[in-house]
Amino acid sequence: MELKIPDLCLVVLIGASGSGKSTFARKHFLPTQVLSSDYFRGLVSDDENDQSASAAAFDVLHYVASKRLEAGRVTVIDATNVQAPDRAKLVEVAKKANVLPVAIVLDMPTDVCLKRNAQRPDRDFGAHVVKRHRAALHRSLKFLGKEGFKRVHVLRSESEVDNATIVYERLLNDLKHEAGPFDVIGDVHGCRAELEELLVELGYSLVHDDEGRAVDALPPGNRKAVFVGDLVDRGPDTPGVLRLVMGMVAAGHALSVRGNHEEKLVRALRGHKVTVRHGLEKSLEQLAHEPEDFRRAAEKFCDSLIAHYVLDGGNLVVAHAGLPERYHGRASAKVRSFALYGDTTGETDEYGLPVRLPWANDYRGSAMVLYGHVLVPEAEWINNTMCLETGVVFGGKLTALRYPEKELVSVKAHEVWYENDRPLSTLAPQREPDVLALTDVTGLRRIETSLLGAVTIRAEQSASALEVMSRFAIDPHDLLYLPPTMAPTATSQRDDVLEHPSEAFAEYLAAGVREVICEEKHMGSRAVLLVRKEGGAIYTRTGRAFFDGALGDELLDRVRSACAGLFESFDTDWLLIDAELMPWNAKASGLIREQYAAVGAAAGAALPVAVGALESAAARGVDVADLLARTSQRAANASAYSAAYERYCWPVEGLEGVRIAPFQLLAVEGRTFHDRSHLWHLETLGRLEGPLFQQTRHLVVDTLDPAAGVRWWEELTEAGGEGMVVKPLANLGGRVQPGVKVRGREYLRIIYGPDYTEPTNLTRLRKRGLGRKRGLALREYALGIEALERVARGEPLWRVHECVFGVLALESEPVDPRL
Amino acid sequence: MTTTHQPATDLGHLLHKHPDRAQSFTTSSGVAHVFYPKATNEECTVALLLEVDPVALVRGPGSTLTQYVNDRPYAAGSLLTVALGSVFRTAMNGRSESYPELARTPIPLVVRIPALPHRLAKRLFTPLGWDVSIIGHGDSRYGDVTLTGTLKVSDALKHLYVLLPVLDGGKHYWVAADEVDKLLKAGDGWLAAHPDKELITTRYLARKRPLVLSALERLAEVDEVEPEELDNALAEPKISLAAQRKEAVIKALKQARAKRVLDLGCGGGALLRELVKEPEFTEIHGVDVSAKALREAARKLHLDRTSDRVRERITLRQSALTYADAELAGYDAAVLMEVVEHVDPSRLPALEHSVFAVAKPRTVLVTTPNVEYNPLFETLPEGQMRHSDHRFEWTRAEFREWAGGVAERRGYAVRHVPIGPEDAERGAPTQMAVFSSGEAN
Repeated sequence: MELKIPDLCLVVLIGASGSGKSTFARKHFLPTQVLSSDYFRGLVSDDENDQSASAAAFDVLHYVASKRLEAGRVTVIDATNVQAPDRAKLVEVAKKANVLPVAIVLDMPTDVCLKRNAQRPDRDFGAHVVKRHRAALHRSLKFLGKEGFKRVHVLRSESEVDNATIVYERLLNDLKHEAGPFDVIGDVHGCRAELEELLVELGYSLVHDDEGRAVDALPPGNRKAVFVGDLVDRGPDTPGVLRLVMGMVAAGHALSVRGNHEEKLVRALRGHKVTVRHGLEKSLEQLAHEPEDFRRAAEKFCDSLIAHYVLDGGNLVVAHAGLPERYHGRASAKVRSFALYGDTTGETDEYGLPVRLPWANDYRGSAMVLYGHVLVPEAEWINNTMCLETGVVFGGKLTALRYPEKELVSVKAHEVWYENDRPLSTLAPQREPDVLALTDVTGLRRIETSLLGAVTIRAEQSASALEVMSRFAIDPHDLLYLPPTMAPTATSQRDDVLEHPSEAFAEYLAAGVREVICEEKHMGSRAVLLVRKEGGAIYTRTGRAFFDGALGDELLDRVRSACAGLFESFDTDWLLIDAELMPWNAKASGLIREQYAAVGAAAGAALPVAVGALESAAARGVDVADLLARTSQRAANASAYSAAYERYCWPVEGLEGVRIAPFQLLAVEGRTFHDRSHLWHLETLGRLEGPLFQQTRHLVVDTLDPAAGVRWWEELTEAGGEGMVVKPLANLGGRVQPGVKVRGREYLRIIYGPDYTEPTNLTRLRKRGLGRKRGLALREYALGIEALERVARGEPLWRVHECVFGVLALESEPVDPRL
Repeated sequence: MTTTHQPATDLGHLLHKHPDRAQSFTTSSGVAHVFYPKATNEECTVALLLEVDPVALVRGPGSTLTQYVNDRPYAAGSLLTVALGSVFRTAMNGRSESYPELARTPIPLVVRIPALPHRLAKRLFTPLGWDVSIIGHGDSRYGDVTLTGTLKVSDALKHLYVLLPVLDGGKHYWVAADEVDKLLKAGDGWLAAHPDKELITTRYLARKRPLVLSALERLAEVDEVEPEELDNALAEPKISLAAQRKEAVIKALKQARAKRVLDLGCGGGALLRELVKEPEFTEIHGVDVSAKALREAARKLHLDRTSDRVRERITLRQSALTYADAELAGYDAAVLMEVVEHVDPSRLPALEHSVFAVAKPRTVLVTTPNVEYNPLFETLPEGQMRHSDHRFEWTRAEFREWAGGVAERRGYAVRHVPIGPEDAERGAPTQMAVFSSGEAN
């Protein structure tokens, strides 16, 4: 005997004590699928038979069942469930999770139950208990359907139980095996002519009957049309639309979900009392001219429509009024009502139309959701959802979206077929543009990246980033990327330096990278330039604007005018560029004054006086020779220190003196370039001309023969340069560091202090741990690239922001800031 | 430190350090060297040189860059003070077995501190009998400071011990409870009479309020005055603007018959503490973007030891007003007290959406400074905002324009309430907008 159950459901076993429920459950389901009341009684009271613990046990059982069902897992309840109130609670749990409850009743003869209980020492209660259970069960049997169980299977003998097999059935909304490609078509509302035109535009060939009426359309290739519902009402030829769509659906050339207008039309055709308005009167009038059998067929067709479909392995959901992720592939009255009417509040607006909540603003699902129902001036993406109701019947247009191509195709209305209840001109935008939710960024997060797989952000990292992001960062619409941190090269074992290029070259050679590029490191501040044809932003590593107000606008204007050629050659409205902005003091003047200059001033004031005093003491014959030598050295170190930081500061007046060294073109509309060689980047950005821009000196080095690279670094740093960055020329990502910095000996004084070059200090400083910094550099790089790819793919802002926020969150990690 | 008291080399006896030897002492802040560049009968100079180990200054992975490269090894501040107190402890106590008389005698002294933050040096040293001369080092905070006076060596050392970190201000790290004792001991005999004793006490104790109060109380005892008298000097004479603001907010909440209240941007919980006192606010939800501020609020509300009944009324949660937070929906009223001016103007639409479209309470109260009133604050330099983090300060007209726009877009009615003393021309120092949605009217 086959027991058919939906492939997502709550199975409620019903039977007296001793009827064999647990055995049945063990035979047909996984141990983790079965929630037994005995087990939960034990869990809360250490005694499976302690009936006084039942209330607490069922609380926990219901809770676990809810969690499983929310997660889409078949769940089996192993309890007697002979009392209606107990079952009602389970039906409630199923409904809340929008899954179907089914009942499997084990109606075993009393003697069988008694015999089984007699074999179990812990079931020494009398025969009256079993009898009472069975009596309650029999009173219940015929009401199970009414109680809400979608399927009821009753097994009445041991042999029936033995021969039973469980057969899973797909839900009606489950068309995951239909992979497309599809042409999803918005609300037609009886506009047959426009529909025919659109189908032809989409490449379908219309099939006509003897009377010249379109009765089918043959799709191009293996495509299939999908209608979002509301085929009927308002328009001039509802019967014609139905005839065509019914033909297409019957031939397997189309699918259609049910719209609220089909729902009401069916009720009207069946003679239910409905208020005839909103265009229903047109359908009824037009159908009245059709023969009875067509009316019947139309009624049957409309009534057969399902409220939503899940297609293409779960990647596409079509529902008339849209559907939030938690309802995808679920079945309940709630799900159905949402799919038909949307997220209504029960209120009506000034035009008497129901107020609907903008569910798409909060949509965070990975499946694309296509829908109609709500009139929009233009079909546009909101968080991977799109409304295709562009009001053809009101004189707008009929719109289709090609899936998976994401191409919009539409035809204009031939005329205004129906006056809108609400003037088209008053159509407000459907949303606050790209609303970001707190839940997009807070808590423990795992962000999937193409380079590294999942990158984990801990809750406390998110919490720190939230403060910085919301208090100081620019508008997320412009904050499309944050640059990753960069690790220094492995610590050198040479006597006189902490960092040396040899380790960098050796590291890449070991990783199998032969060609690396050495790029001069500009000592300024990292800057990301988002240059839009209008607007944009220039911001820092933590997302702050570089210059406020007019000065910022002017800098952006200058960059923009230099970018004219790039806009054209990449055919884009915006460019995202990674750069260094100089001088250092343009951003860091406060830090330099408070910190670096203060060290120079204090050391310059104190040490010469100390040297003088020691010299006087020495002249008196006091033995201070060692101390004098050390102090003189410290005085020299302090001078070298001041010279080192002053080199990177120069006067800035307004924008005079500001320079930008761009080194990577991160993205343009629809494209990223992180797989291009660094030479390509430098060359491309080298086209930015004018006194504002500074070129980046560079050298390509073979890691097998790196002598030239070492020399280049020596020359660079001896001339006062900060140092260089070594990157794989081919711009690899993933497990290899995207770049390592090799900083000059003098420059590092600014970082490690004036006296870091003293041998005793160097020895201790060499024990720096780089692992954490290197790990962060890889993860932040992967997140940055992921952000760029999501931008290029045109993904919703929250998906981009999630990655950008992740970079900032990782940056909150306490890492030795000298690295 | 130089003296011309003759025989000048007696200075060595007072300091317990021989003029012909260089000595080194390991102290908790580094190795302190004492030597004498000059030691004749006419003039004797002792030098204290502290060698700080810059690498060892760093503490743990949470350190900021400013701890790595910093002026501590060179500047006369708390590190030097620690060395001073350790190397010259006996001399500072004024004890000398061999020269008790000399130790009690004021002698001519010149003290030179080559790298000292000098802004307050004249103000603080002059009342103690020092003649102060300063040669500045460029535009840095450091100066080469020379103090000249006739004082007991022990007093001179005590002055230095207390005032070096005071001059250095927030740049010294250590403040423990026993610092109060150290301060009182080193300040014995002079601090109580110093005209700037509050300033010295506050800065010495790194502005830690509780410590400051207890030290002030004990100073009051020394002075034989009532503690309140000193405390009054700290309290603002009139009812403060902050208190008036809270009062106005609570009044407006009560008028709106709000029971479930959101404090958006609650900070350290100043308003929350007032809300809790009013039992009609049955649910109080404090929200701030700063986890640190929330910890502070929890501490000040004594959440860990308050009764369950009070505890259940309060929720504290981190959230940001530039993100939509569904958890904030369903409240009667939301208060944004001195919050909007901390948000960049470009982010105000996001805040508007979070508060008026997502949280969407019946009543929203927004208070913000009235910039027109700023000239009436005597201590506020012209053109400067009231807080360094303010992104803007609005005139009354500007605030009305913003509030009016929000009200229209979001379906609220708005009225404006002045808070604080009203000036005929410039209005009140704080302005409040009371938004109410349809049902509330």
